[in-house]
Amino acid sequence: MLLITCPYCGPRPELEFSHGGEAHIARPEKPSELSIEDWTQYLYLRANPKGLHAERWRHLHGCARFFNALRDTTTDQFVATYKAGEPRPTGGAA
Amino acid sequence: MNAPFRTAAGGRHDRGRPVSFSFDGKTYQGFAGDTLASALLANGVCLMGRSFKYHRPRGVIAAGSDEPNALVSVQRDAARYAPNLRATQVELYEGLSSESQNRWPSLAFDVGSVNNLASPFIPAGFYYKTFMWPRKAWDRFYEPNIRAAAGLGRSPTEADPDRYLNRYAHCEVLVVGGGPAGLAAALAAAQGGGRVILADEQTELGGSLLSATDATIDGKPSDDWLAETLASLAALPNVTLLKRATAFGYFAHNMIGVTERLTDHLAAPNAATPRERLWNIRAKQVVLAAGSIERPLVFPDNDRPGILLADAARTYLNRYGVKPGKRVVVATGHDGAYRAALDLHRAGVEIAAIADLRPNPTGPLVEAARAAGLPIRPACAITGTSGGLRVITARLSPIKGAGQVGPAQIVPCDAVLMSGGFTPSVHLFSQSRGKLRWDQDLLTYLPDQSAEQERSAGACRGRFGLAEALADGFAAGAAASGAEVSRTFAVEALEGDPRGVIGALPHDRGVNAKAFVDWQNDVTTKDLKLAVREGFQSIEHIKRYTTTGMATDQGKTSNLNALGVVADVLHKPIPEVGLTTFRMPYTPVTFGALAGLARGDLFDPVRATPIHDWAAEQGAVFEDVSLWKRARYFPRGSEDMEAAVRRECVSVRAGCGIFDASTLGKIEVVGPDAAEFMNRMYVNAWTKLGVGKCRYGVLCREDGFVTDDGVVGRIAKDRFHVTTTTGGAPRVLGMMEDYLQTEWPDLNVWLTSTTEQWAVIALQGPNARRILEGLVEGIDLSPEALPHMSLAEGRIRGVPTRLFRVSFSGELGFEINVAADHGRAVWEAVWAAGQPHGLTPYGTETMHVLRAEKGFIIVGQETDGTATPDDVGLTWAVGKAKPDFVGKRSLARPAMSEPDRKQLVGLYTDDGAVVLEEGAQIVATAGQTPPMRLIGHVTSSYYSAVLGRSIALAMVSGGRARLGESLYSPSPVGDIPVKVVPTVFYDPEGARVNG
Repeated sequence: MLLITCPYCGPRPELEFSHGGEAHIARPEKPSELSIEDWTQYLYLRANPKGLHAERWRHLHGCARFFNALRDTTTDQFVATYKAGEPRPTGGAA
Repeated sequence: MNAPFRTAAGGRHDRGRPVSFSFDGKTYQGFAGDTLASALLANGVCLMGRSFKYHRPRGVIAAGSDEPNALVSVQRDAARYAPNLRATQVELYEGLSSESQNRWPSLAFDVGSVNNLASPFIPAGFYYKTFMWPRKAWDRFYEPNIRAAAGLGRSPTEADPDRYLNRYAHCEVLVVGGGPAGLAAALAAAQGGGRVILADEQTELGGSLLSATDATIDGKPSDDWLAETLASLAALPNVTLLKRATAFGYFAHNMIGVTERLTDHLAAPNAATPRERLWNIRAKQVVLAAGSIERPLVFPDNDRPGILLADAARTYLNRYGVKPGKRVVVATGHDGAYRAALDLHRAGVEIAAIADLRPNPTGPLVEAARAAGLPIRPACAITGTSGGLRVITARLSPIKGAGQVGPAQIVPCDAVLMSGGFTPSVHLFSQSRGKLRWDQDLLTYLPDQSAEQERSAGACRGRFGLAEALADGFAAGAAASGAEVSRTFAVEALEGDPRGVIGALPHDRGVNAKAFVDWQNDVTTKDLKLAVREGFQSIEHIKRYTTTGMATDQGKTSNLNALGVVADVLHKPIPEVGLTTFRMPYTPVTFGALAGLARGDLFDPVRATPIHDWAAEQGAVFEDVSLWKRARYFPRGSEDMEAAVRRECVSVRAGCGIFDASTLGKIEVVGPDAAEFMNRMYVNAWTKLGVGKCRYGVLCREDGFVTDDGVVGRIAKDRFHVTTTTGGAPRVLGMMEDYLQTEWPDLNVWLTSTTEQWAVIALQGPNARRILEGLVEGIDLSPEALPHMSLAEGRIRGVPTRLFRVSFSGELGFEINVAADHGRAVWEAVWAAGQPHGLTPYGTETMHVLRAEKGFIIVGQETDGTATPDDVGLTWAVGKAKPDFVGKRSLARPAMSEPDRKQLVGLYTDDGAVVLEEGAQIVATAGQTPPMRLIGHVTSSYYSAVLGRSIALAMVSGGRARLGESLYSPSPVGDIPVKVVPTVFYDPEGARVNG
């Protein structure tokens, strides 16, 4: 069971969290103006990296806040967790 | 007492407490402190099981959790039957009843042993090759028979009556293993001041010290040192010592699973004591001091009862006072066997020969054996044994160069000890995803790079000697805790050469000799060689093909020898052959321990509404809807569901029904931007919805498909009372929070789940207003003041309420929301007031029929995650003028408006008495045979008592353009003709809702 550091609450067991998919994918401001290709890109296409992955977590059974995390998908080690809206921390592969 | 192999003195068992026990129906005597294996050996019982595939007679070969052969079942009572226990770990108690496995009719005479005679015909991959044809025989013949013959032990037939607990623990340092390295690590770690937990799988802490005889530590006999060390650790407030506690799994981020066995060793366990406790330990640092596992030698006939590992024999002698035999042949490629030979010799056991594979054995242990006059034969391989149910001779052959042996000599004996050296137990390290490296000198894999906050110490990283294990353990404990401590241990002990041998021994017995590599899964060198011949190169493939290392012992004794054999055949260095993955559990774990208290009533939470007990008192039949218990129908007298539902449906339409809708999900959406938020989330337009008005809301996902629906009431300009489906509430709240927190954090809106705060009483039927009239205060119930789809706040029987005028039945309807605590009182008041008006309680089944008669969808029944609002006839709900809402862009995709999309329609069967099956397919023409083109499926189907016929809703390709068409629903009794009709079956003009 992963130990995840909520930026608001501190380290907590994975049981308290839900995973929210890839981070830093902003919903387009005006979806109706998007081409079908751009909308498809937003809606369906996600990175699946081997290595560092920026992903969303929600401390569902805690503060219930969404936040972002950099996790190495090969080791499950978290490099960083940070609040939603903050930029992806530097370091590690993109 | 008749225990022919028990020594006169010595051992850690309690000679003052004899214990009687039974094995296969026969009663024996042992002592408290014995294991089943040691007590059986003491009684001269060598045969303890039959092998898995060939049913060969097998004896115990090990003394601990690595035992592959002696799997037994222990029965306490009818319900407490534990199969596949290692006899080496079963502690004796008075009256223990055990039996052997995998044999019939008896252990000594086993019919299944014909498999052994047939063994030339059942090589590796036998199943894959043989049971391929004819295909049909697999289901009826092959699989049932293979299943009946396969498996070890049998399952208990009754529910497990024992209790199991589950706890979390946190510590700064977790030490796995209570041998010299682990104890030293705990001593050092404790000085760091943090919490230290030490877990060991054995009955006593001490590991190898428990069977040591001549070693001294700090000038004291090792026994005394151990006792003092354990006492000092136990006295430390920050140290927790766990015995009978197996660290079975190393999970991410230093979470270690440990099962502690609390009652299995007791003759009469206290009923209040749990049988096992599962510890979920999160450790800042882990010290693995898991020790090592002795390697068997791979030679022909090496599985005969009476052949055991040398150090296991030493453990039986020194710890339990049991001699493995009276005249013993020792076969070895490692110094450790000399230690066993010396101890046995001192105990009066005759050492018939020490056959050492090495041409030139030297070192203090070898010299001590020489000095004791033990007959050492250098460059000598054991090449066979004989005996029926116990070994009676060993065949020893001189080694003549590479792979060649000279003329054999037969040596009579009643036990053979073997040792190929010790394999570091890297299981947990490997589970933690640490990287191993091959050590060519020690011929073993050792921990290299850690993946977690972890370090290995002692024999599990190749530091085998007592002195170096203590020093290594202490250093690891100090480093793990950050304690600035150092300590030296003055050790006096005979230390041997740590190097041993792996792979198969040379022999002259031909290709059909059975030299076992994996005892538990009956894998021989021949099987491994066959796999290589058939083209398998990777050990991962060879493992799966031959099943080597895949038994319940996880290949503890076999993995390295299998690698050695394969590398030899492939002419490759071992690191190039690879290594199989170590997986949890280290030893089998009971389901009970994993389940803990989460079984029976506690398996899942149960949600019950405030009205639940009332419904139960009325005899309601309940159904599970997500975690909720919902009243399904209220049978009267001997009514079945069908009769009850017909009566309830008619009563609602003719008079009035009362329904518990408390399970509906409820979310309070509040804030200055609440309307804007609702506009963005739901497909509907909300801006113009007046305060005190309601609207049916539809929620799509971003892909444009309907995910939830429900009535939304506007309580105030900045406050919406949102209802969701019963099962969808958490999902909808999560989705709303997601958008609010991450996409639109600028919106000033607060979301609160109020599902359990409100009890909801639905009153549906022409008499609903009349019943309510005398109950409400401050609410004008007139159609003008409270029209359909509006709400009012006031009181009902003095209790504040939000009263919604809504209908999910098509009748005049109200939904009374009151605080949950008042739910039952208000329900009973309404119930009493309704008696003169024929008020009838109804359940979810009637609710479903009523709504289907009106063509109202249920999300998840009519929709399946691929239906757009238009597909289910909800285009009218979509706010087309809105610039955006969740799913809008996807709904504009051309595919979303294809005319042949499945659309919601009504179906009438030609024969109104026939009720279609929900989920049944729809086809365009009758008489087709598969494969046929399916153009739709039935989503809801009921008998409508009011209409006197069946009705169905269906999703049919291009359905709305097919009104009036005849279609067919294939069924086991033939094609059922149906006609496409509008979705509203009852009161299509919608007059009844206005009362």
